[in-house]
Amino acid sequence: MGSRNLLLLVIVLAVGPAVPAQSHSDSLGRTPSPEEVRAWDITISNEGKGLPAGRGTADEGEKIYGVKCAACHGASGRGGLAPPVVIDKDPHTTALRPRRVMVTRAPFSSVLWDYINRAMPMLTGPGTLKPDEVYSLTAFLLYKNDVINENDVIDAQTLPKVKMPNRGGYVPPVINGWKPLMPYTVAPKSTAEKK
Amino acid sequence: MDDIERSRRRFLKEGLALASLPLVVTLSAYGQTEQPAASEKTPDEILKAYGGRSRFVTSERIEVIPGMGEMKHDPFGLTNHLTTPLQDSVGIITPNSLHFVAGHAGFFVPDIDPEKHRLMVHGMVDRPLLFTMDEVKRFPSESRIHYIECNSNFAKPGHKTVQDAAGRTSCAEWTGVPLSLLLKKAGVQKGASWVIAEGAEDNRGTYSIPLAKAMDDCLVAYGQNGEPVRPQNGFPLRLLVPGLEGVNSVKWLRRLTVTNEFYMTYNNMGRYTSVDPNIVQANYVQGPKSVITFPSGGQKLPGPGHYEITGLAWSGGGAIRKVEISTDGGQTWKDAEIRSAVHRIAHTRFGMPWDWGGKEHVLMSRCTDEQGQVQPSVAEFNKLWKPESRGEAHPNFIMPWKLGSDGAVENGLS
Repeated sequence: MGSRNLLLLVIVLAVGPAVPAQSHSDSLGRTPSPEEVRAWDITISNEGKGLPAGRGTADEGEKIYGVKCAACHGASGRGGLAPPVVIDKDPHTTALRPRRVMVTRAPFSSVLWDYINRAMPMLTGPGTLKPDEVYSLTAFLLYKNDVINENDVIDAQTLPKVKMPNRGGYVPPVINGWKPLMPYTVAPKSTAEKK
Repeated sequence: MDDIERSRRRFLKEGLALASLPLVVTLSAYGQTEQPAASEKTPDEILKAYGGRSRFVTSERIEVIPGMGEMKHDPFGLTNHLTTPLQDSVGIITPNSLHFVAGHAGFFVPDIDPEKHRLMVHGMVDRPLLFTMDEVKRFPSESRIHYIECNSNFAKPGHKTVQDAAGRTSCAEWTGVPLSLLLKKAGVQKGASWVIAEGAEDNRGTYSIPLAKAMDDCLVAYGQNGEPVRPQNGFPLRLLVPGLEGVNSVKWLRRLTVTNEFYMTYNNMGRYTSVDPNIVQANYVQGPKSVITFPSGGQKLPGPGHYEITGLAWSGGGAIRKVEISTDGGQTWKDAEIRSAVHRIAHTRFGMPWDWGGKEHVLMSRCTDEQGQVQPSVAEFNKLWKPESRGEAHPNFIMPWKLGSDGAVENGLS
């Protein structure tokens, strides 16, 4: 054994026990199966990545709405015990309504689909709607708020292409500018010094 | 039937008949959860087993819906927010029973069996992982004192007490596993930039958090002031994202998805659909804020004499470095003394001895954090934010209290 190899051996022996190949915590947690991940992963990206197969129209949505949604959101969609889902076109109230109605507030159609899918119907079983039902309800709300036509089919391909009324009101988060401890950029710094 | 489902059905059975008649909605927010069987223990035995407080101490949380005036809970009788009675607080730790509670809307408190709860880490990671609660607790733990504040903590002229005006902030010692440890174990892939956290409650409340913040100082917490996190605050597991708006700190945490893009979730929507470009950056880190808790709105000084003006200061930007107090509506300021340990991104107690002669005063506090950021006045705050954006800004302006010559204290906002 050359001195170089001997040196390597010494290093390996010296370092080996102190740096185990696996840390102690490696036994914690298990790898979920792809099926488990699929069952849990209901996240939809802003561009519609993650949308499942299925389809729906406003007409189909109207029927589901009547059975599963109208009791709380109102027959007309203008709110009941739960908030409105259809914008009120009354000129005296329009100024306030868009902030409360998802179709007129959400800059991406994915938010609407995702929220119906994960959270509705809130009282009787969130997460129980089938993809076709979610597509249909999404189509119905988009139609009732004048975003799509009555006969438009909404599915994984067409939904991301829907231009939402508030698309322009969205300011992309400045992720590259964010770092831990970024100063609160707009807080005035001079007040104390002026004293 | 899972636990959420069980409490939902109970609620439906007992509550909906009432709730469908809006005028007679009297259902308590607690009506929806399983009531434990009446205790067989005597009051003395209860005090021994899980200490209660003196019957002379009556400080309680108050149920509110921010921005909805007198409306306390949603039309279904579900809790929206519960506020902390800051006027009665001492020191910097909020007792678990009084920690503020916030929900995206009225919400069911999930009744989660920790034995069945799982946390999944997946997405842009080398090794997707699924943890039991027991496994989460076998990682090296970390305990830190941090405040959480809801961005709806907006003082309005109509607020009578400091609980109304600022009670949606609380401070606790949180114990858990650093989020960075779990993410590193899963192996975050190159190009990842966001983490989407999801809760296990009825609507699976979700929020997108910058990966840089997730790798910095976030905790996956199971402990709150030395005991398990309380159900309304996320039992058995919650995320803690120090210094960012409270909505980031996802409760009942069940899933973390690593992605390379920002996902707008329902809960994110309010933050990023603003017309004011300042909102986007500023909303990531809450600014320096302080409030006098004594003397504060609704309290009454019995007469001229010696008092201690005291309150709380905090900042998402780090540790509180200085607090000043004005007794003349902001014309002159004196340094207050720090009366507690100073933790980063935590409530800090301040105080100043004061002799009140019986005249009218406007009392204010203003703090400076470790970055030199100074809490803005109302006028400065209003200059920074357009009226339509103020509801989404971190409302950290200086809170004035008007002390009358009769000793009564009122909200000084106009």
